[in-house]
Amino acid sequence: MTRTEVLVIGAGPAGIAAATAAAENGRQVIVLDDNLNAGGQIWRGATVEKAGSSHQGNAAKRRAMTRLQQSGAQVLGGRCVFSVEASGTLQTLQETGSDSLVEQFQFDQLILATGARERFLPFPGWTLAGVFGAGGLQALVKGGYPVAGKRVIVAGTGPLLLAVAAHLAQDGAAVSSVLEQATLAQLAPFATSLWANPAKLVQGARYRGKLWKTPYRTGSWIIEAIAGSDGRKLGAVRVTNGTRTWEEPCDLLACGYHLVPNTEIAALLGCTFRGAFVQVDDAQRTSLPNVFCAGEPTGIAGLEAAMVQGEIAGLSCAGLIGTSLQKRAVVERAFARRMEKAFSLRPELRSLPRADTIVCRCEDVAFGSLHGRTSWTDAKLQTRCGMGPCQGRTCGPAVEYLLGWRPVSVRQPLFPVPLQAFCSHDERVEINQLKEKV
Amino acid sequence: MRETFPVTINGATRQIARGTTVAVAMLLAEQPCRLSVSGEPRGALCGMGICFECRAVVNGIPHRRTCQILCEQDMTVETNR
Amino acid sequence: MKPFDILIVGAGIVGSAVARECALIGWRVGVIEGGTPAGGATAAGMGHVVVMDDSPAQLALTAFSRSLWQRDSGKLPKSVEYETCGTIWVAADDEEMVEVHARREVYEEAGVETRVLTAAALANKEPNLRRGLAGGLLVPGDGVVYPPAAAAFYLAEARRLGAEFFQARAMSASQGQVLLSDGVSLVADRIVLAVGTECDLLPSLPIQKRKGHLVITDRYPGFLHHQLVELGYLKSAHKIADDSVAFNIQPRQTGQLLLGSSRQYGNEGPEAEPEMLRRMIDRAKQYMPGLENLSVLRVWTGFRAATFDKLPLIGPAAGLSEDRSLWLAAGFEGLGITNAPGAARLLVDAMLGRKSAIDAEPYLPARLMEPARLAHA
Repeated sequence: MTRTEVLVIGAGPAGIAAATAAAENGRQVIVLDDNLNAGGQIWRGATVEKAGSSHQGNAAKRRAMTRLQQSGAQVLGGRCVFSVEASGTLQTLQETGSDSLVEQFQFDQLILATGARERFLPFPGWTLAGVFGAGGLQALVKGGYPVAGKRVIVAGTGPLLLAVAAHLAQDGAAVSSVLEQATLAQLAPFATSLWANPAKLVQGARYRGKLWKTPYRTGSWIIEAIAGSDGRKLGAVRVTNGTRTWEEPCDLLACGYHLVPNTEIAALLGCTFRGAFVQVDDAQRTSLPNVFCAGEPTGIAGLEAAMVQGEIAGLSCAGLIGTSLQKRAVVERAFARRMEKAFSLRPELRSLPRADTIVCRCEDVAFGSLHGRTSWTDAKLQTRCGMGPCQGRTCGPAVEYLLGWRPVSVRQPLFPVPLQAFCSHDERVEINQLKEKV
Repeated sequence: MRETFPVTINGATRQIARGTTVAVAMLLAEQPCRLSVSGEPRGALCGMGICFECRAVVNGIPHRRTCQILCEQDMTVETNR
Repeated sequence: MKPFDILIVGAGIVGSAVARECALIGWRVGVIEGGTPAGGATAAGMGHVVVMDDSPAQLALTAFSRSLWQRDSGKLPKSVEYETCGTIWVAADDEEMVEVHARREVYEEAGVETRVLTAAALANKEPNLRRGLAGGLLVPGDGVVYPPAAAAFYLAEARRLGAEFFQARAMSASQGQVLLSDGVSLVADRIVLAVGTECDLLPSLPIQKRKGHLVITDRYPGFLHHQLVELGYLKSAHKIADDSVAFNIQPRQTGQLLLGSSRQYGNEGPEAEPEMLRRMIDRAKQYMPGLENLSVLRVWTGFRAATFDKLPLIGPAAGLSEDRSLWLAAGFEGLGITNAPGAARLLVDAMLGRKSAIDAEPYLPARLMEPARLAHA
C-alpha cells in the first residue's frame, strides 16, 4: 500500500499543474496516469526517436515538466485506475507485455484530472482499416506510425482538427483537406473571441501556418468511408457540405467530433454533476470534501483552462487560495462556453448511420438493432450495446447524441482487470500470466 | 541509427524500432489487432487506451490494449480472434 | 374501457411468460411494467435452465419447465442464445462422489437423464478444472439462455397475439382494478402479480430479498463447455441463515464466462461488496485456478425473491389476501428463468380449471398462510 497526502489522477496539463502546485506548497504528491509518459493527450510525446524530426519541443510543456520534476511530486505512468473509494483508497493495474501489477494507494485528498476523450459518431465505413480518430491518428504517429507520403483527410469538429492536421503535415503526410462540420457563421464568433484569449490566437495561427496549402472546409462533413479496390482498406471518403456531395481519395482518415470528458471516476465516487460535467466550486472542490477536479471533466475548455484549474486545485489541497487564478478561470470558462457553441453538432450527423452501420464496436451492435429500444438500459439488455470491454465509452456518447439516451451508472471495475487482482486482499499483486502457459 | 529488434506478428518476424507501440507494429505489418464479434478486422481507433479496438494477443495473453504497450524484443503478437 | 381477461403486473421473464400463455388461449391480456422490461431479477440472473432436486416439488417443477424450454427451443430467436450445454455437478472428493450416485438415482427416478463422470472423464470434459477432483454428475439436458432476450421474446409473442403493454407503474391492484401511475385505471377479471421482489402491491407477500453477486469476463471461447456447479451447492447455497458462496460458472454463447454465486439475506443495498466477491472468487479459484488470469468486464448484484420453503407462489392469492381477483406468480428465488414457462402453464391451468401436467398443490400460495400471518402478527 502506497500512502500519499495528495493523489492526482491524470498527468496531463491539469494534473501536472495540480501536482506541481500542491508539491511546491509542501504536500506529498503522487500522480497516476494510464499512459506511459506524462503529458496527457495534448502533450503526448513521441515514443520513437525520429531522425530529422521537425517537431519543435513545446516550450509550455517543457516548462511545466521541469517545474513538476523540481516540485518533488512523483509521477507513476502506465497505471490504469480500476477501483476507487471516497474513503481514500484506490487500485491501479499496470500491464506490460507479459505481466500485470496491481497496486493500492491511500490518499487524504484526490485530484481528478482525467481529461477528455474524442467523441466518435458512427457513419458507414467507419470500421474500415485506415479510419482513425483525429487525436487517435496523432497518438499513433507519436507511437511510431509513419504517415510520410500518405494522403490524409482530417475531419469531424473542434479545434483539435487543426492541431492534428498540422502535426500530421509536419510528419510528412499529404493532408488533402480538413473538414469541419461547423459552419463559418457558427465559428466566426469563436474565432473573434480568440482575441480575448491571446494565447489561443497564437496557437491557432501556428496550426494554420503549417497547413497553408490545405483547404479548411467549414460546414462540411464525411458521410461515408469507402473501401479501396481490395475491399478492406479505406480508399476514399464521401463528403458533403449539405448541398453538394463529392468523393475525395485518401489513404487515412482522422475523424473525431470534439471531446467528451472522462468522468467515470467522479461518477463512481458519487460526485455531483452539472449536465455532463463534474460540478466544482471556485477552489475546484467537488461535492465531496476531499475530492477536487480540474480540466476537461469540469467543462471542455482546453489547455490554459486546464492548467489554471489544476493549479487552483493543487493550491486548494495545500490550504491556499489562488484569487488571481480564479479570475483567470472565470475567463476560461467563458471561453469554454463559446467553444461549445461554436462546435455544436449539426443534426444531419444523426442521419449518417444506416441500419447496418455498427454503433457499438465492442459487441458489433448495428444502428438498426437499436430501433424500438426505449432507453440505454433497455438497449444494453436487449442488444448488448455498450456492454463490451470499453464499457460504453465509445458508443455511449454517440448513442447519447443519436438517440438522446443518457448513459447509466458506472461500476467497478472501471476497466477490465484480471480476476485475480479484483477484490484481492493483497496490497500488491504481481501477475505473470505466462507462468501457466506451456 | 534507431535501435530495432525482432517482433513476431501472426507468425512473421519483423524488425521494429524501439519505442513503437504494439498497435503501430500491427499497422506496419498490415495485420488486424482483432477480429470483431461478427468477424470484421479491426485495429486502433482512439490510440489512447479508451476504445479497446486494438486488443490483441500479446505474448499469448488475449485482450491486451496494444496502443498502451510498447514492443519488446522477441515479443509475439497475434490477432485476437 | 372494456375489461381485460387478465392484467399482469411485471414484465420480467415470469410475467412475460404468463402473458404469452394467456394470449395463446385467446384472452385479452394487459401487461404493466414500471421499469425496463426484464430489467429486474431477470436481467440480474444467470440464465441457467436447470433441474434442481432440493425437494420433490422443486424437482417436478424444474423438470417440467425444462421440458417446455426444450419443446420451445426451435421457436426461440437467436438472441435468446438457448444452448443445451448441460450441467456438471462437480464432486470434489469421494464423499461427494457418494452424493453423485445418490443424486443420480433421484434424477433417474424423475425421468431426468444423467451420466456419472469419473475423475478422468471430468478432466476430459473440462480441462480447465483443477486436477484431483473426484468426478461429477452430468445432466446433459440442462441449458443456458440469455434471460432478457427470452423475456422479450415471450412479451413480443404475447403482443403479437394481441396483448397490450402499459409502460407505467401499478400504484394499486385490487378487486380487479389496477391504477397506473399515469392516471389510467384498468379493469380485469384477474390480476397476476409477477413482481419479483417488489411487494408493495401486496405487503403480505411472504417474500424476502436474497442478494447475489455475479461476475462476467471478457470472451474466452473454448475455456468452458458446460455449466459447472459445485456439488456442495445445495449445502452451501441453500442454508437460510448465513451468507454463503458457491462455485457456479456458466459458458455464454459469446465465449464470456459468467461466474457466481453468492447468497445473502438482510442486505438490500445494490452495491457490490468486495468481501463477498473475494469469497466468491476464492471459491471459484479452488476449482478453476486458470480463472485468475481472465479479465473481468463487469460485476453486478441482484435480488432473488425468496420464500420460506424455497418454492414459488403460483396460484390464487387466497390465504394471503381476501381479494379473489388476485393471483400470484412470484417467489422464484434463483429459479425464475428455469421455471417461468412451467409456472405460466400451471397458473393458466388453475385459472381454467384444467388439469396440470404436474401436481400444482405444493406451489399454492395458501400453504404459506400460517407463516405469513405470524410474520405480520
